[in-house]
Amino acid sequence: MPTGAAGGAGVPQTPPAIELRGISKAFGPVQADRDISMAVPRGTIHGIIGENGAGKSTLMSILYGFYRPDAGEILIDGTPIAISDSQTAIRAGIGMVFQHFKLVRNFTVLENVILGAEDGGLLRPSLSRARKELRRLADEYGLDVDPDALIEELSVGHQQRVEILKALYRNANILILDEPTGVLTPAEADHLFRILRGLRDQGKTIILITHKLREIVDSTDNVSVIRRGEIVGTVRTADTSPEQLAEMMVGRKVLLNVEKAPAQPGAPVLDITRLRMIDRDGVERLRDIDLTVRRGEIVGIAGVSGNGQTQLLEIIGGFGEPGATLMGEIAINGKAIPLHGYGANGRTRRKLGIGHVPEDRQTEGLIMDFAAWENAVFGYHDAPEWQKGPLMDNAAIRADTESRMARFDVRPPNPELAARNFSGGNQQKIVVAREIERNPDLLLIGQPTRGVDIGAIEFIHRQIVALRDQGKAILLISVELDEIRALSDRIAVMFDGRIMGQDHPPDTSASDLGCLMAGVSPGGAPMTKGTGA
Amino acid sequence: METMPKWADLILTPLISLLLAFAISGLVILAIGENPWEALKVMVTGALGSSYGWGFTLYYTTNFIFTGLAVAVAYHAGLFNIGGEGQASLGGLGVALVCLSLPWPGWWLALPAAMIGAALFGALWALIPAVLQARRGSHIVITTIMFNFIAAALLNYLLVNVLRPVGSMDPSTPRFPAETHLPSISDIMAGFGVSWGQHTPANVTLIVALIACLLVWMLIWHTRLGYEIRAFGKSEPAALYAGISPTRIIITAMMISGALAGLMAINNVMGEAERLLMNSVEGAGFIGIAVALMGRNHPAGVLLAALLFGFLYQGGGELALWTSIPRELITVIQALVILFTGALDNMVRMPLERLFLARRRRGAR
Repeated sequence: MPTGAAGGAGVPQTPPAIELRGISKAFGPVQADRDISMAVPRGTIHGIIGENGAGKSTLMSILYGFYRPDAGEILIDGTPIAISDSQTAIRAGIGMVFQHFKLVRNFTVLENVILGAEDGGLLRPSLSRARKELRRLADEYGLDVDPDALIEELSVGHQQRVEILKALYRNANILILDEPTGVLTPAEADHLFRILRGLRDQGKTIILITHKLREIVDSTDNVSVIRRGEIVGTVRTADTSPEQLAEMMVGRKVLLNVEKAPAQPGAPVLDITRLRMIDRDGVERLRDIDLTVRRGEIVGIAGVSGNGQTQLLEIIGGFGEPGATLMGEIAINGKAIPLHGYGANGRTRRKLGIGHVPEDRQTEGLIMDFAAWENAVFGYHDAPEWQKGPLMDNAAIRADTESRMARFDVRPPNPELAARNFSGGNQQKIVVAREIERNPDLLLIGQPTRGVDIGAIEFIHRQIVALRDQGKAILLISVELDEIRALSDRIAVMFDGRIMGQDHPPDTSASDLGCLMAGVSPGGAPMTKGTGA
Repeated sequence: METMPKWADLILTPLISLLLAFAISGLVILAIGENPWEALKVMVTGALGSSYGWGFTLYYTTNFIFTGLAVAVAYHAGLFNIGGEGQASLGGLGVALVCLSLPWPGWWLALPAAMIGAALFGALWALIPAVLQARRGSHIVITTIMFNFIAAALLNYLLVNVLRPVGSMDPSTPRFPAETHLPSISDIMAGFGVSWGQHTPANVTLIVALIACLLVWMLIWHTRLGYEIRAFGKSEPAALYAGISPTRIIITAMMISGALAGLMAINNVMGEAERLLMNSVEGAGFIGIAVALMGRNHPAGVLLAALLFGFLYQGGGELALWTSIPRELITVIQALVILFTGALDNMVRMPLERLFLARRRRGAR
């Protein structure tokens, strides 16, 4: 078990590019970071990995001057520095690429790059200087972006490059990236890591924050593991393995692969034929979807978010964008169900035996201000067992929630606590417990483990597989390719509102799926976006 | 994370806000050359020092309970009902029509009938903005404000042209028949042989208001409808996910809200004036907003806040009567209370939260 805070690789005689000594930060009674010490040698890619809420983001916010540490010091190139705001951080050579880009969408790339770093009151000199600089950076690091393109016209991958360019334009020597691949296709992610390696080889120092073990193993030189606000260890990536890192993150052994027997599919539960959806603005979001999910199988839909998966899940679940036009047919257990009007809402779909773990648990699946027990019946609150005459049987709901929280290991097991006070993983357990315990024929499940810590991921995956083994049909949507491949018995891929085949076996290679997710059939010609069926 | 104990959140914060409001009011009184202590004494004795004072204070309190509950119920559905004023005046029309249209044998029958009339008219007046919100997305704040003006104009027309008895110069309905007069609290107390608050307007409607508090509490926290109202108010996407119809919730919540505002008319029109006058609501609909804000939209809080505003109303009236402090200053005091307890709530709450956190952290070490 590796311990200690010192960096592994790197050259000992030059001071580390960035060094933290005893950084602590508390928010009220919550100790977000406790005595964090680590050194990142110049010219390395350093991974920081930890579960949600482990304190990674707080640490980075301290480095970028958003928070001040309660204790400890930061050294840049061996010199102590007080980072009181982001301007200081930028002057110290720190650049940050946030998970959610901070770009002005209706500005050009060039305008975004100089925003906040203009040379004077007149824009023209800054713009022409920036244009030259961008060309140089593009040549040097392979960061190709059209400087005159509007941000909203760029793909997500290119937008991210603009963020990196912004940092480099401000002479960043240390680049911090927070969960950079969450919105990228595998190919885009690969490209990003090529760029990062190029930057490292030019002497830049890169800090990569992520919860994806594979990215750490594939692309970093050293990795620090944070658990509950403390550094568990810093190790050389070459000396470690995903299993070991997972164990360090969680504090116990974790099964990374889902153990499951081969599926034994039965009769179809969900049968979608030629489903089309045109949204309120006249944009076709779903194009002739054909999809079948049978009893006893998990069908996973892979795809970069925003290609129609959300709409598909919501339409099956009985709600969706108001004002949208739907065509085609959805059948449940062989019977067509209404797509419009009073028969088409979450309530009626639940009565048909459709359980739904929505993609966004914080705005849809849960009411964050409601207590756990109130959330535990949400959507099923009209079930007869929760009524007592004209009133709701709150006592019965509380009692039931308490036992359910014990069964699903929700922590803390306090039914009175508001949903927002649970961690992401425990919030998700409340939702999953609610939907699974109703014994649905079909379970729709979107992003089951987004923002969920590894320990809870394992638990939720096991629950999904157990439900399948009881002969239920499960439709899974996830942007995590690993999750899709680990859980699904069949994989469908969505691109631009279309299903690119629904019978890919679970062992389809990530790169083949990646091609389909980008709209290219593996080894075939690219399909262009926007052409109708 | 709970940052403060519940008592500090619910009692201490509004109390400090209130003290701040009173302190500044005191400075204002000092600035116009009056003695703030004297003023406070006049207000307290005038509103709470005798059963006569209480009789008026509780009358105002009853009004504010209804309008406060009206705002609170809509608020739980995420709707800001500013139309209490108009809904209460339409409620008055309902009461007047009920009382004048049939020969009632006694108040015990006229009261429930008038309650239905008041609630129905108030609810229907809230229904139109609700439908506009649910179907067309017209913002309820704008439409309810506009409906206050429409209500005022409508009543003006009806009182001048339709309901005014022939030969009367006064734009009001005829007096309600004696059988519909509600027993006052002093009548009831006299029945027990207690002399309490004679010639004061507090009447049996106070009991109706207290029951309304209880029923609203049951509705919001113990019924399916209340659950759905709160769910919708907290998160519309979540309500859609659960299959709760936004249209149904908006319309139902607004109609309940309007009905509660309308019920106020039982107190002021049937219980006090015993006829429908022009501008009978006298701003109680707007005070209801402050009452609900201060009472954190909980019926118990609404009750306490209504009592406070009842005190301010009665005490303010006494102030104008017995001191040379101008009547307008009472409005200033009320405005300061609203400002501090409602709008500047966080100014007190945040330092308090920090204080409690610091204390807890010290305790933890």
